[in-house]
Amino acid sequence: MAREFPDDSVGLVKSRTQHFSEPLELDSGACLPHYDLIYETYGELNATHSNAILICHALSSDHHAAGYNSPDDRKPGWWEVCIGPGKPIDTNRFFVVCSNNLGGCKGSTGPMSPHPETGTPYGPDFPIVTVRDWVRSQARLADALGIQQWAAVIGGSLGGMQALQWAMDFPDRLRHSVVIAAAPRLSAQNIAFNEVARQAIMSDPEFFNGRFYEHDTIPRRGLMLARMLGHITYLSDDAMRAKFGRELREGKPRFGFDVEFEVESYLRYQGKAFVDRFDANTYLLMTKALDYFDPAKDFEDDLSRALANVQARFMVIAFTSDWRFAPDRSREIVKALLDGDKEVSYAEVVAHQGHDAFLMPIPNYINVFSAYTNLINVDAET
Amino acid sequence: MNSLRPELRIIADWITPGSRVLDLGCGDGTLLAHLVHHHNVSGYGLEIDPANITTCVQKGLNVLQTDLDAGLSDFDEDSFDYVVMTEALQAMRYPDRLLKEMLRVGREGIITFPNFGHWSCRWQLLLGNMPVTPSLPAQWYNTPNIHLCTLTDFEKLCKNEHIHILERTVVDRTHESDVLMRLLPNLMGEIALYRFRKD
Repeated sequence: MAREFPDDSVGLVKSRTQHFSEPLELDSGACLPHYDLIYETYGELNATHSNAILICHALSSDHHAAGYNSPDDRKPGWWEVCIGPGKPIDTNRFFVVCSNNLGGCKGSTGPMSPHPETGTPYGPDFPIVTVRDWVRSQARLADALGIQQWAAVIGGSLGGMQALQWAMDFPDRLRHSVVIAAAPRLSAQNIAFNEVARQAIMSDPEFFNGRFYEHDTIPRRGLMLARMLGHITYLSDDAMRAKFGRELREGKPRFGFDVEFEVESYLRYQGKAFVDRFDANTYLLMTKALDYFDPAKDFEDDLSRALANVQARFMVIAFTSDWRFAPDRSREIVKALLDGDKEVSYAEVVAHQGHDAFLMPIPNYINVFSAYTNLINVDAET
Repeated sequence: MNSLRPELRIIADWITPGSRVLDLGCGDGTLLAHLVHHHNVSGYGLEIDPANITTCVQKGLNVLQTDLDAGLSDFDEDSFDYVVMTEALQAMRYPDRLLKEMLRVGREGIITFPNFGHWSCRWQLLLGNMPVTPSLPAQWYNTPNIHLCTLTDFEKLCKNEHIHILERTVVDRTHESDVLMRLLPNLMGEIALYRFRKD
């Protein structure tokens, strides 16, 4: 039976894998002799290859940004809200590319891939990758797809940082950069949360120093705790109150340590579901990439200087209740762009959903996002 | 552009083509878009209302969602030729501070505000009511205009703050300045326009 997908969805999509046989030098000094990037595309590339948009994903998401991989899929891709016909990233006008970051666990080369020398999974031996490494690897993907210049590079959270890095590293290879719910670097508090998440994973007896594949197990408890912690930082206090309040699942206290409050149940569910779809070594790598992201570092902590060469036009969007990457952090990016007289617009969307707001259909967000991407289209046609 | 409100047309004439402009409370971006498209101006608009932000983005303007009451700390000293604020001064929490901020980040300031000394305001006060006029359409209990002033008041503040007024014009809602307005600006002018710089 053929399934009907919503009209504003890209519908059934298939991922593709691009192999790169040339070695990739990494920021850490390590080198990947060859690698794969798995990606999805939506929409059609135009004749002049000028309508391509690159989507960069966040910490725990992947290349499946929109549509459905099979007719039985219960849920669409992670950014279905923003990608599709008539949506801010309008697939009627744009050719949209989203790849899984290097070090990922969804098909791009990462800790679960075989080590070229041993043939067994890299595991903890997979080199630490940085946002800059990702950008470099994606530039090669652009080459392979025949895209000399992206109409835009767009991302939320860690993906927003990647969109910013793109504009710095390849100034002439993108016309627009849309940076959503991001920060120019992590705060000590951000790093602290990441460290607790990593410790949760690494102290799990089933972690085996990252070689848990060989023991045919996974650090289930550690990864689950890491995800639960992450989820707390993705939501605002208000959003949690609205969603769960202090509701007891059975209506009255049982004076024990089993799940009683709805919020406990939610966190455990999210944690458990995550364990089945995500790799612990990848989680460690992604949090490290976040921690290391600091483009101003090479410029005596002066972000304006770090952004001095960007040519892209910027749209920066933040959400009022996001305390993981608060609006002030986005404003740091805006200020640095202003210092260099760069073209930039900034919207601070009133939203109670916290950091997760960038994935939600919030009218003011969708409206200003669409208004901006409409401009991108004008550029693409001239 | 003839569709531009008279006061905005005057401002556009005051601004040297090709200069850098910061528009405080730029609204739907009418003035800034005009300056960008017809006067080759570059710059940014600051605005707080989300619908206006979207409209400005649609027009291709650089617009930054900003609460002007929080000041202009994102901008360096002397980073603009002109800092413009049309009909927003009276809604600011600290108009005096913002005026100083305007001249910190800009070489010149341009400001417009509804003149509370206009005869219709005075007349309504004489009758015992808070004025409600085409320039000040809100009631006292729901007005955003919390710091209303007359031309004389504004000029006194400028003197105290060592702000040098370069140009002054008054207009009404429909026409440009007439003889009566030029003779008795504080009584006949509905909207005041000033261009100023540091002493």
